[in-house]
Amino acid sequence: MKINYNRELCQGHNRCYMLAPEIFDVDDEGYAVLKIEGEIPAELHDKAQLCVDNCPEYAIELTE
Amino acid sequence: MDAEKAPVADWKTDFDHTHPDYAANAHQIWDDLREECPVAHSDRFGGMWLPTRHEDIAAIAKNEDGLYTSRGVVVSEIPPDVPAPIGYAPPITSDAPFHAPARKLLLGPFAPRQIEALEPFTRECCNSLMDVALAKSGEQGWFDAAIDYSQNIPVRVIAHMLGLPPEDGDKFRRFIHNIIENPVQRDIPEEDTVEWYFDQQIAQRRANPKPPGEGDLIDHLLSVEIFGEPLGQEHVRGTVVLLLVAGIDTTWSSIGSAIWHLAQNPDDLARYRDDPAVRPFAIEEFLRAYAPVTMARMVAEDHELHGCPMKKDDWVLLPFPAGNRDPEAFEDADQFIIDRQKNRHGAFGLGIHRCLGSNLARMELSVALDVFVERAHDFSLVDPATVRFSTGQIRGPRELPVCVNPNM
Ligand code: HEM
Ligand code: SF4
Repeated sequence: MKINYNRELCQGHNRCYMLAPEIFDVDDEGYAVLKIEGEIPAELHDKAQLCVDNCPEYAIELTE
Repeated sequence: MDAEKAPVADWKTDFDHTHPDYAANAHQIWDDLREECPVAHSDRFGGMWLPTRHEDIAAIAKNEDGLYTSRGVVVSEIPPDVPAPIGYAPPITSDAPFHAPARKLLLGPFAPRQIEALEPFTRECCNSLMDVALAKSGEQGWFDAAIDYSQNIPVRVIAHMLGLPPEDGDKFRRFIHNIIENPVQRDIPEEDTVEWYFDQQIAQRRANPKPPGEGDLIDHLLSVEIFGEPLGQEHVRGTVVLLLVAGIDTTWSSIGSAIWHLAQNPDDLARYRDDPAVRPFAIEEFLRAYAPVTMARMVAEDHELHGCPMKKDDWVLLPFPAGNRDPEAFEDADQFIIDRQKNRHGAFGLGIHRCLGSNLARMELSVALDVFVERAHDFSLVDPATVRFSTGQIRGPRELPVCVNPNM
């Protein structure tokens, strides 16, 4: 499982960073920064799904 | 003032978001409209529209085709006369291409890490307010969670960020009241105007410039540039006023609504208090279910929306709270689910105008509730009939008498 994060759509709601700081950081302007570019470790799959399900801008997707 | 409002004949064709009946029945009105007439109309305020589906609200907020302008964001009889794209209070009243650079100036101070640093200050404020509230409760058996507690938290924190004297809190609330209830000000002595107050504050700072990174938010605005020029006086003042207006009644409403909910739902209160892991989800669910803010736009050019003729300069309300209760977008949308796992709520707006203060507001809400449940432990409403909600675009309890139940 990988995460596809679209910076163009991100408006800095910071839901992802709050739910999964292991996966997302934030920059100095409050936009999300994806910390894991490759495969998401199995123990973070649930958190990755939470990020997807709580991003109001649909900026996060999961891919195989 | 409310008593003078003409009764609403039909919410589909004559709605009025400032009418007390709207405040009292908003959830039902939105649910009915969403089913029967997803874009309602009214001739009041010179003509306005009310979409209630999440999808439509999101599309208008995102404004990808530039059909709407933020020149007016609070519905008034006389529309604001500062033209697009800047508007009277950048960035909330600004459109592209001015909006993004004006917003960028503020993103830094309101980013998550900057806001985290304000948490201890906020906690201290909440605790000192609780000291007073609980003392009052000891004397009279109850206190007002809206007036004695929630209302004061955002005022103190933003005054601290702006470097304003804490004792001016009552003054800001008066300004805000005037601006929100009566956007076109009349008959106010000059020294009581918000313009006069902030012109003084700005002049003091211009006379004593601070080294970069050491000043308050007003110093910050005086030190930054837009399009290679320092910000004009109007821009600085407009933005400072915006930060006061946008942050106070909104956060007050949100803290108050959460306390109102917990006071009536002992199971949720127990869960919130005893299970810290549920809190981050609960905070978002409070924001979804009791979203306080309805914004407005003005139509920028004639067009049709689902067959409705949107005319230039018509008002369009963006009831994010109604979108948050749309069953198309949320499972069991009408229920409060304290650990809701899927929650793409739009309480802080959607798209380019996403609330600049959202990290601050969320921090204040969560610290305020932590302290409240820790100190009051178990509490309930004195009497549902004594709770009073606001009318207009910002919805929340303005009077909220609660009593603390003795610990067993
Ligand atoms: C629970 C509390 C709050 C809620 C629900 C809320 C809600 C909103 C919403 C819905 C918008 C979008 C406006 C639009 O689309 O036109 C907005 C914008 C804004 N809010 Fe908040 N707000 C809250 C607290 C705050 C605080 C504490 C501040 C700052 C002190 C703040 C500052 C702003 C600013 C500056 C904007 C304009 C952003 C822009 O246009 O780019 N808000 N807020
Ligand atoms: S939740 Fe979505 S919009 Fe918010 S910061 Fe994360 S990716 Fe960006």
